[in-house]
Amino acid sequence: MSTGLVSVAYVVASICFILSLGGLSHQESARRGNLYGVAGIIIAVGATLASVDGGIVSIVIAVLLGAGIGIAIANKVEMTQMPQLVALLHSFVGAAAVFVGFSGYIEPLIATSGAEHTIKLVEVYVGIFIGAVTFTGSLVACGKLDGRIDSKALTLPGRHMMNLVAVIVCVFLGAWFLGTDSMALGIVALVLMTAIASVLGIHLIMAIGGADMPVVVSMLNSYSGWAAASIGFMLGNDLLIVTGALVGSSGAILSYIMCKAMNRSFISVILGGFGQTSSSSAAADADQTVHESSVDDVCEELRNAQSVIIVPGYGMAVAQAQNGVSEMTKILRDKGVNVRFGIHPVAGRLPGHMNVLLAEAHVPYDIVLEMDEINEDFPDTDVVLVIGANDTVNPAAAEDPGSPIAGMPVLEVWKAHQVVILKRGMATGYSGVENPLFFKDNARMLFGDAKESIDKLVSGLRG
Amino acid sequence: MKIGIPKEIFEDERRVAATPPSVHKLIGLGYEVIVESGAGEAANYSDTAYEKVEAAIATDTSSLWKEADFILKVRAPMENPALGKHEADLMKEGAFLVSYIWPAQNPELLEKLAARKITSFAIDSLPRISRAQKMDALSAMANIAGYRAVIEAANHFGRFFTGQVTAAGKVPPAKIMVIGAGVAGLAAIGAANSMGAIVRAFDTRLEVKEQVESMGAEFLVLDFEDEDGSGSGGYAKQMSDEFIKAEMALFAEQAKEVDIIITTALIPGKPAPKLITADMVKSMKPGSVIVDLASERGGNCELTEPGKVAHHHGVTLIGYTDLPSRMAKVASELYATNLVHLLTELTPEKDGKPVVNMDDEVIRGLTVVHEEDITWPPPKPESPVSPKPAPGTEEPSAADKAAAKKDADRKSLIGKTVLLVVTALALYGVGAHAPESFLQHFTVFVLSCFIGWQVIWNVTPSLHTPLMSVTNAISGIIVIGAILHLAQAENFAVGIMAFVAVLIASINVGGGFRVTHRMLKMFRK
Repeated sequence: MSTGLVSVAYVVASICFILSLGGLSHQESARRGNLYGVAGIIIAVGATLASVDGGIVSIVIAVLLGAGIGIAIANKVEMTQMPQLVALLHSFVGAAAVFVGFSGYIEPLIATSGAEHTIKLVEVYVGIFIGAVTFTGSLVACGKLDGRIDSKALTLPGRHMMNLVAVIVCVFLGAWFLGTDSMALGIVALVLMTAIASVLGIHLIMAIGGADMPVVVSMLNSYSGWAAASIGFMLGNDLLIVTGALVGSSGAILSYIMCKAMNRSFISVILGGFGQTSSSSAAADADQTVHESSVDDVCEELRNAQSVIIVPGYGMAVAQAQNGVSEMTKILRDKGVNVRFGIHPVAGRLPGHMNVLLAEAHVPYDIVLEMDEINEDFPDTDVVLVIGANDTVNPAAAEDPGSPIAGMPVLEVWKAHQVVILKRGMATGYSGVENPLFFKDNARMLFGDAKESIDKLVSGLRG
Repeated sequence: MKIGIPKEIFEDERRVAATPPSVHKLIGLGYEVIVESGAGEAANYSDTAYEKVEAAIATDTSSLWKEADFILKVRAPMENPALGKHEADLMKEGAFLVSYIWPAQNPELLEKLAARKITSFAIDSLPRISRAQKMDALSAMANIAGYRAVIEAANHFGRFFTGQVTAAGKVPPAKIMVIGAGVAGLAAIGAANSMGAIVRAFDTRLEVKEQVESMGAEFLVLDFEDEDGSGSGGYAKQMSDEFIKAEMALFAEQAKEVDIIITTALIPGKPAPKLITADMVKSMKPGSVIVDLASERGGNCELTEPGKVAHHHGVTLIGYTDLPSRMAKVASELYATNLVHLLTELTPEKDGKPVVNMDDEVIRGLTVVHEEDITWPPPKPESPVSPKPAPGTEEPSAADKAAAKKDADRKSLIGKTVLLVVTALALYGVGAHAPESFLQHFTVFVLSCFIGWQVIWNVTPSLHTPLMSVTNAISGIIVIGAILHLAQAENFAVGIMAFVAVLIASINVGGGFRVTHRMLKMFRK
């Protein structure tokens, strides 16, 4: 196939990718968007295959084998394991970028000289660096999300210094790499840098705690895009550049949204460790008591309510309570109760995590609302059920300027007539901040495992 | 320990201090419960309903009083005419009692109880702090009284509350003025508003304006320099003479206009203030109604006859003092729940043995007789009205804030300027030194970033997870680079690396799209 045709095919593929992302703007067009993406990749791979001369057999084997494995994994994965899977897939992009970068250095596809050559070397170097950080970082993130690695933030003494030193060493190695003419020395420099970048990736993500994972995963998403883009620069391939840029900016925007939702700067999340500066805002007032409630009482309240808002958090995912919640929603809606869901942007471990879980449990998406859409409806709501959420419903963020989470936008559940909090115990949330919500007069605690409590509520509501 | 629930003997008292569900909870606290036969009858609770929750039924009044160690009642103990004995004397010595007692008005009763060593909790003396709200029977009853006041008014009012346009002509809506926006006042506002009337409310405490408006009424404001009538414990205090004058002028003016007046004004420890004069009643339209919720304490209206319905100048004056009792079922339910909460506080071990912890602010306030000592009045509580700022979180002054903001603005301005300069320099460097081919790709890259930026902001937040998996899949496009290398690989190591790269990038493509598809399929209406 002529280069002209290949370029046209790449343009078509780029357009498909843009349409694919555009399709996700609404649930109804989303499935079509996904098909655009598939079409784009098939066109791109097909055109590439048509343009190359040799090695077709091994390429086809690798592509089919890889795609087969990918589809098999995707068919098997539980929706609750989504965050792990996404993180794992990121690591593949990172690893591929490292391999392609090395290949590109050893056997350049395009001969270059002078300034062009230097720029290409920089692209190789940067591509491998980002790829390596993405690779190991995503693996660690995957392990943390899967529970194989302790999700607590690992805070080594002087860790900022260590990261800084690693980056500086990489920069010096880069200078050496650009300066040397020998291929062998160049490879040594690249391998050393890859090793350091890998350790840096591990260390960066180890220092970030569980609830900051939405930011981390979207950041890694962004990195995988930038890695693809820098490989595109190296190969002089516009399709890779366009796609990489799309993915990179997508991840960046998601990270930005997540940070905004926690009222924290991107830097502070990436540097890891939360709340070391101030542990707890104010010791709980001695006069404060929590009101405990029983399943029967909550059933009664739900039955008499006209409008109910359910606020799920990571605790619902952990307890696997989403099916019970869906069941309860259905019963209440059949009784004519207006049931809606309020989702905080950082609820769960992945942007949009709660939406996926609720969708899996057959909760209609048009009653699952975002924080901004639902926050002003709380004063007119009879009962709010908070299931496994803590920091995202903490009134201290809005009311106590001295609190470590002050200014973080939260779901204002305490404005409802009655709030029922399903919780295992009185432990604080991820931020370690005491939650004054539990002591409010209109708040009732329903202690116990979320799944068990929800199941009891479901049978109570049926009876 | 045995709890006794006697039948109320006060005239027209239909309430009862325990309902079958509350008895069940009391038994859960480790008590035995005896209910006098017929105690719940007037509130529609039969003896069999009590028996079902395992309460014993006592047919004989005096045996119930003799047997019980803890009496739960509504009205204060009084002379029992049938037995010819005072209820306090019927009780076991050293027993416990919860009921309304009104210790300020009933000093002899306190002495009687103390003589019998009866530890007495006056539910009306509950401290008004937030922790005690669940036991606040006064508020619960006031709520009922407020609602019932509107119902009684509607009953005696010859028109609709809501305005209607019918074929037979237009009917204007009723105009209602509520004086005093406490619990009863707010309940009255809510009830009247939901029946379609136009409601106005007045209160000397300016802090309740928001609550009044949230219930759907207009808050009447005096043309008077600021004087806030908030006293301690959430009650109103007595106002200055000028204020009262201005207030009376407002009422006189409103009386000519409104159809119904509901008054709920009380000042603790004082007779009810006279707010509606005979002249004001005269000035009202014929057929108007006044409901005086303060009638038990003398009434807010000069013409009110406590306990009765009176007619003066064509105006109906309702002075019932037993409004909560007229809704005996719900009143008993709420009162019984208040008492269960109180007993839960008193029996922390749930072993059926009350512990009187005089260090607890709530219990201290409630206890008017402790064994043989009269413990009323309790030591003065600190005024809870003005919220004290927590130490260390004092509001920074306006000047500080402005300075901080200016500082932050300047910092962000410096940051922005630095960023702009760096970007400009970087662009200059790229433009001046980079070769043509790089610039072409650079153009594509920058434009793509902007397209990505625009497109992604449109993505609905609920699809963020599918967005991540689909971008993941398309970032597998790196497979193209790997394919190109694999096709031309001469070096074996490069071949292997390229092969692995194609393989794992393909996993990404296949897995990413497949899982996105699965997820999107689940989203349905």
